[in-house]
Amino acid sequence: MRTRSRNFYLAPYVLWIVLFVAAPILLILYYSFQDVEGGWTLSNYSHFFTSVYMKMTLSSFWYALLITFFSLIIAYPTAYLLTKTKHKQLWLLLIIVPSWVNLLLKAYAFIGLFGTYGLTNELLEAVGIGRQQILFTDFSFVFVSVYIFIPFMLLPIYNSLEELNPSLIHAARDLGASAWTTIRRVIIPLTIDGVKSGCQAVFIPALSLFMITRLIAGNRVITLGTAIEQHFLVTQDWGMGATIAVFLVIVMAIIMILTGRKRRGAR
Amino acid sequence: MKANGRWKWSHLYLIAVFVVLYAPIFYLVVYSFNSGGTMHGYDGFTLEWYGEVFSDTRLLIIVLNTFVIALFSSLISTILGVIGAIAIHRVRKQRTKSALLSLNNVLIVNPDVVIGASFLILFTMIGLKLGFGSVLISHVAFSVPIVVLMVLPKLQEMNESLIDAARDLGANGWGVLTKVILPYIKSGIFAGFFMALTYSLDDFAVTFFVTGNGFSTLSVEIYSRARQGVALNINALSTLLFLFTILLVVGYYLITKRSGRIQEAGARL
Repeated sequence: MRTRSRNFYLAPYVLWIVLFVAAPILLILYYSFQDVEGGWTLSNYSHFFTSVYMKMTLSSFWYALLITFFSLIIAYPTAYLLTKTKHKQLWLLLIIVPSWVNLLLKAYAFIGLFGTYGLTNELLEAVGIGRQQILFTDFSFVFVSVYIFIPFMLLPIYNSLEELNPSLIHAARDLGASAWTTIRRVIIPLTIDGVKSGCQAVFIPALSLFMITRLIAGNRVITLGTAIEQHFLVTQDWGMGATIAVFLVIVMAIIMILTGRKRRGAR
Repeated sequence: MKANGRWKWSHLYLIAVFVVLYAPIFYLVVYSFNSGGTMHGYDGFTLEWYGEVFSDTRLLIIVLNTFVIALFSSLISTILGVIGAIAIHRVRKQRTKSALLSLNNVLIVNPDVVIGASFLILFTMIGLKLGFGSVLISHVAFSVPIVVLMVLPKLQEMNESLIDAARDLGANGWGVLTKVILPYIKSGIFAGFFMALTYSLDDFAVTFFVTGNGFSTLSVEIYSRARQGVALNINALSTLLFLFTILLVVGYYLITKRSGRIQEAGARL
């Protein structure tokens, strides 16, 4: 019955995709084969596979894994308990509000909180542990990153917990499963999709953090993101920066394909 | 009521999470009134830093820039995103549809640093001067996919026979769009707009790459000030921004609640 009307909405949208999705990625790829003078070269890639960059890549992955792991450990029980509260919409909103405060301001707050005379050190001294160097350590870097990423982990998990049919839990309990078994065998497997998208939402940005490394870790931690920023804005070696960016894009694509396929398989 | 022991432990955990989540924000707020000038050792109450914020013309211009960029970029990206969502929705071939959706999601999952760096290359290649224009364009660019994702489910929810009915009753394409489709997906559009707004206000990494020398947004400015150390006018500013955020949240809450009600009414029809 419906006439096949031309999809004229497609033109502006495809134009956007070409300009801001396809072109930037192709340009990054193009620049990764350019040396500083503008000639074609593979030296950026051979440089990338030297021990300096490999170490950096490994430590970026390690930090990203740590950040994702701790976010998950903290966010999952929080999301679970949130679904059990009365007025859960309000509680959820309260969790999201801090994530709407400018990222930089939160990082800045931690400079004060973790400073030599900051609140954390005051507490440590009151307890009797004494003042510690907290700022500019691996601990502060991971802590602040986890703090910032928790809402991104929490929301998908919360949504998948909300979709979970409560009668499945009742059934498990009626059939004699303990609370722990119910969590392990019923709740977690059924919310694994939320966990996956939460991990995806945390891991990829964590891999390329650069603002927190500078402000909180004081250049002690150098991630791939920091290296890209350094190459593009400080040393002006766009070719090398683009090479690292190409690597990040490839990693991202792999993660997307992996999580995407599994999700389709689950359905 | 339930047993008291279980109630306590789970609530204790939640409260601990909330305390940690809010501690930095309240820390900033409390010390914005500190006359001592540092973020430790409370010396006394003062409004000096607020006075400083309001007399710092450069900072006020940057705040204004940030809001102008956020408003314009979310408006433009909402329009583009709605067009994109309708475009994807109308594609009949499943493979084209999922290809478009994956392309749409590239800018959401792509790391900010990569987006920033690639946009910097793009603008330099085109010859666009870095500044207001480049920041606005990049904010529009990375907000579009979010709007698409917020609007698309609403379109899929919509009963196609509504459109057929409108057509049968003599509505043309424009009438169908403005009288049927847009009212139906209104809540998705609002949600997309607000998401775009917060993404733009919160963005640091992309802006940092494409901002150039003369132009600055709040995030970039706070970054460069924070690298120089603690200054309590930043605290004062963050208190003001926090209040603004709360207003925004309340506004968003009320709007989504109301449009939810409208939708319910629509469903009953």
